[in-house]
Amino acid sequence: MLKLWRFLRPDRRFVLGVLVLTFLQTMSTLYLPTLMANIVDNGVITGHIGYIVRVGAVMLAVTVAGGVAAVLASLYSSYAMAGFGQRIRSRLFRHVGAFTLREFDQVGTSSLIVRTTNDVMQVQQLVGMILRMMVMAPLTAIGGIILAVYTDASLTWIVLVSLPLMAGSIALVMGKGLALFRSIQTKVDQLNRVLRESLTGMRVIRAFNRTSYEVERFRGANRDLTDTSVAVFQLMAILMPAVMLVMNLSIVAVVWFGGLQINAGTLQIGQLMAFIQYVMQIMFAVMMVSMMMFMIPRGQASALRINEVLDMDTDITDPAGGARAPRDAERGVVRFEHVTFAYPGAEEPALSDISFTARAGETTAIIGGTGAGKSTLVNLIPRFYDATEGRVLVGGRDVRAWEQEALRAEIGYVPSRAVLFSGTVADNIRYGDLAADDHAVRRAAAIAQATEFIDRLPDGFETVINQGGANLSGGQKQRLAIARALVRRAPIYLLDDCFSALDYRTDAQLRQALHREARDATVIIVAQRVSTVRDADQIIVLDDGRVAGSGRHADLMASSAVYREIVASQLSPEESA
Amino acid sequence: MSVNNRQSGPGGRPGGPGGFGGGGPMGLVMPVEKPKNAKGTLRRLLAYFQPSWPWLAVVLAAAILSTVFNVLSPKLLGNITTDLFQGVIQKLHGVPGGGVNFPTIVRLLADLAFLYVFSALFSWVQQYVMAGVAQRTVFTIRQQVAEKLPRLPVAFFDTHPHGEVLSRFVNDFDNISSTLQQSLTQAITAAVTFIGVVIMMLTISPLLTAVIAATLPLSFIVTKGIATRSQRYFLDRQRRLGALNGHVEEMYTGHLIVKAFGHERRSIEQFEAINTQLYDSTWRAQFVTGIIMPLMNVIGNLGYVLVAVIGGILVAQGAMPIGDIQAFIQYARQFTQPITQLSSISNVIQSALASSERVFEILDEPEEAPDPVPADDVPAPRGAVAFRDVSFRYQPAEPLIDNLNIDVPAGAMVAIVGPTGAGKTTLVNLLMRFYDVQHGRITVDGHDVSTLARHRLRELLGMVLQDTWLFHGTIRDNIGYGRADATLEDIVAAAQAAHADHFIRTLPDGYETVLNEEASNISAGQRQLLTIARAFVADPPILILDEATSSVDTRTEVAIQQAMANLMRGRTSFVIAHRLSTIRDADLILVMHHGRIIEQGTHEGLLARGGFYHDLYESQFSGREDEATAAL
Repeated sequence: MLKLWRFLRPDRRFVLGVLVLTFLQTMSTLYLPTLMANIVDNGVITGHIGYIVRVGAVMLAVTVAGGVAAVLASLYSSYAMAGFGQRIRSRLFRHVGAFTLREFDQVGTSSLIVRTTNDVMQVQQLVGMILRMMVMAPLTAIGGIILAVYTDASLTWIVLVSLPLMAGSIALVMGKGLALFRSIQTKVDQLNRVLRESLTGMRVIRAFNRTSYEVERFRGANRDLTDTSVAVFQLMAILMPAVMLVMNLSIVAVVWFGGLQINAGTLQIGQLMAFIQYVMQIMFAVMMVSMMMFMIPRGQASALRINEVLDMDTDITDPAGGARAPRDAERGVVRFEHVTFAYPGAEEPALSDISFTARAGETTAIIGGTGAGKSTLVNLIPRFYDATEGRVLVGGRDVRAWEQEALRAEIGYVPSRAVLFSGTVADNIRYGDLAADDHAVRRAAAIAQATEFIDRLPDGFETVINQGGANLSGGQKQRLAIARALVRRAPIYLLDDCFSALDYRTDAQLRQALHREARDATVIIVAQRVSTVRDADQIIVLDDGRVAGSGRHADLMASSAVYREIVASQLSPEESA
Repeated sequence: MSVNNRQSGPGGRPGGPGGFGGGGPMGLVMPVEKPKNAKGTLRRLLAYFQPSWPWLAVVLAAAILSTVFNVLSPKLLGNITTDLFQGVIQKLHGVPGGGVNFPTIVRLLADLAFLYVFSALFSWVQQYVMAGVAQRTVFTIRQQVAEKLPRLPVAFFDTHPHGEVLSRFVNDFDNISSTLQQSLTQAITAAVTFIGVVIMMLTISPLLTAVIAATLPLSFIVTKGIATRSQRYFLDRQRRLGALNGHVEEMYTGHLIVKAFGHERRSIEQFEAINTQLYDSTWRAQFVTGIIMPLMNVIGNLGYVLVAVIGGILVAQGAMPIGDIQAFIQYARQFTQPITQLSSISNVIQSALASSERVFEILDEPEEAPDPVPADDVPAPRGAVAFRDVSFRYQPAEPLIDNLNIDVPAGAMVAIVGPTGAGKTTLVNLLMRFYDVQHGRITVDGHDVSTLARHRLRELLGMVLQDTWLFHGTIRDNIGYGRADATLEDIVAAAQAAHADHFIRTLPDGYETVLNEEASNISAGQRQLLTIARAFVADPPILILDEATSSVDTRTEVAIQQAMANLMRGRTSFVIAHRLSTIRDADLILVMHHGRIIEQGTHEGLLARGGFYHDLYESQFSGREDEATAAL
């Protein structure tokens, strides 16, 4: 948490203002009982009405002044907390923006999202609360104690006894409660899980006639959650009454011992009334501080998670004076030279000693089972990862010598899982090339075999796609992702297993169209289906991160056992000939 | 929330015994969701309390007692002050034997302590008992909804996203639970406090009561003014926060695309624009909530000053004992509090009612048509399936299946083929009776499926779909899911037949290995093997299989193929087919396109016809017609 305070620095005059104003507000609040005591002791007892009215006027002025201070303090603290959140968010977003796959894999995308949104909110709320409440509480407590001592030092011991008593009982209950609250959270998660399972598996559950079993499973989770909730609320039920009791009994003690002193003439009645009010204010302050203490761990956890991200640095950075263009003769050529790649912390490399060249005007296909390293290989080309050993060359230059933006401008990339952004169909295609005109967008869509379904959408190319493309099928999203890459007219196309969501027919049509269109480009296709790759100029067979063969379909059928095995699993013997 | 209930300032006293949640100013300033039919929903919700009315009576009694004691104590404290004061005056005036009358003080203090102790006790009892009542009520409703879900037609789940149903369970029940727990008792306490305080104030001084009442409109105006404004700011903030979260989510999930296409700068620019707007609405919303307390304090203190001055004058004139001012100041504090509390509680309750309404909506959904009584049975099922003049459509306006006739003899294999999204699952839906046909009938061994009980029909049918649903539990339980009384031997035998035994035994705990939530500790192919084993355990005469090949490595793929072949032996099977060999071996091929069955026949017959199947076949295995036809 402390490390994040630096984000408050630009607003330090607001913070200072909050401190000063809160102090003034507290003083005004504490001053009122003193004035009240004066009214009683000097005005009421002597029957001096003019005095009463005069002091009343002062009280009024103090009240209003305190109110003004409080409103201003609230304004300043609002500025400070909003600015604090804005700066952290901005810093996080830019920082994460520079992350590559490695960092995303390490933290997890959804966790990064939560950290940028929710965690920042948490920390921001905490700062808001600290500025508004936590600053005030200690000031009130200290001021109250000083005034109490000043009014009657001999009664102060009551405060000193009851304060720890109160703080102790709060700590006891909340400490226990906190553990229970945490266990409620896990029970809620459990209930959710059971429910989500029974929703996603609804057809299977009904098919196997197991609905009553599922209802019982839910009942168990429900019972568990209910029992824990009851325990928590029953425990928390004691908190307020106990706190109030401690406070009220201290007041009884104050009145009793104060009464003795009044009788002895060492204390005035108005002072006793004031003292009672000080006691209440001190106790409230303590109550608030202790309650808020329990808000801190939550904010603290968020702060830790934010710092973790900020402390993470990506090692993929632009070199000084990085290349912006390929060597002319080698434009579009992708070459792997003895490339080995291991994921951080992995025992075995995901790719070992990979060498091949993908030439312009040719289609290079990469095939292999799950976990063979196909996607890893593709990710090295736009430098989403850096090779551990060996080097990857694009356009005749090591990718690490390129300026990242220029390198990626050479590539039309289609990921294996189609990611679309909210916006229209046309916006999504145009994402590949912001300067593309309508004609270019339509053309790319046509090559990607997307025109037919786009025309059937309610607003055609202007149809709005929901976040994540929820209103499109997997195959439709995939075709738009392909169109997005095509509209770039880049010298290199990287198609990472994007045909699996398409049926064979569309797959074939798309490959034919692509072949016509990208005649001069380097096309690298990752695929699972033999039918997708069999016409490629070069097929690279990956098995456990190694090249298990390369060449054309016919060559590989003769030379590569792994390839034959793959083919055998997908085609009947007659077809594979 | 208890923090917001705090009444700072002189004479500040905490509110009623309910300190937690519900009633803070946040309830006032946040935008509220209103129920459509508040009265009906409330009545329905309260009906759930009926079984626990004796406990509710205890809660009510405890709440009233605690509050009454609480309301009495300031007056008593005031009396003590008065007595002390009189003692002092007597001493001042040199009255013989004067001074503080300590026996009286002791008695009064004892009474006061008694009030405090019992007020705390009853307050505790009330909240303690309410915890049980509220949570048990929530339990009952939640269970009712959970039991309702299996009786809803599958169409309900196809038209309501899972997230929506889940959110009712999580957010809405959370809302209902905390409201039942806190706001109901708070409402009672606040009401009793208000009445009690007014009575006490009137008995002390009608004049001062009138003075305090005069400050009321002021606080109304302030809260009202702030509440309307703040709701706007909060909505604003919520909207911008939503926009920001949306942008972050999109950019992070699509970060590869952002980078691949070089749009990092654009993404940051968009983010900063939203972030700046969010800053703006955040500080406004924060500020507006922040000033409620100070402003209410100023108004409260205004009353305090007036009471001090006017009361002081009255005491000085001997028209009122001094302790009464002290008591009155405390009452004045408690007087405005229940009012703000009640209005914010009413918002909280409204939002809880809106939540209840959504929950009740599920309970009111029409259920599946009940099974016929008495239900027909298929005593010795062989597995012959027939469709007779079947018509079906999801949307009345969109024709899908019209007058479909299919005859599948027992033991035959039917291949369902067609491009992606051709609606092959519709057939599954009809066979399993997830949806009912609108016209015609589907029969199993000559028995109309609609005359069978659903559970009986589903015993006859086994399902192995591409969407391999497994639950969080052991592998053994997952395979045994196919039949409730399966023994371990049955399960192992099924696993062996499904080629799953080997990989299961390589797992750390073998058959007792617990699959995690996404079942991601085993591969996609292994998941499929488990679902095949599950179907083996169920041992149905008819099968529905989905022969999907994506994201499975070659070796597992071979295992799956063999396992499926084992499973289909001796059973009638409907296969959503992708493999040419399967299609060619089928006894009947159903060709689907755009949700409709457009052709049916055997491989040779369909090829000869030169229709859609012919095209499909050619495009799928393009360039290899010679080989393929040569093999016919």
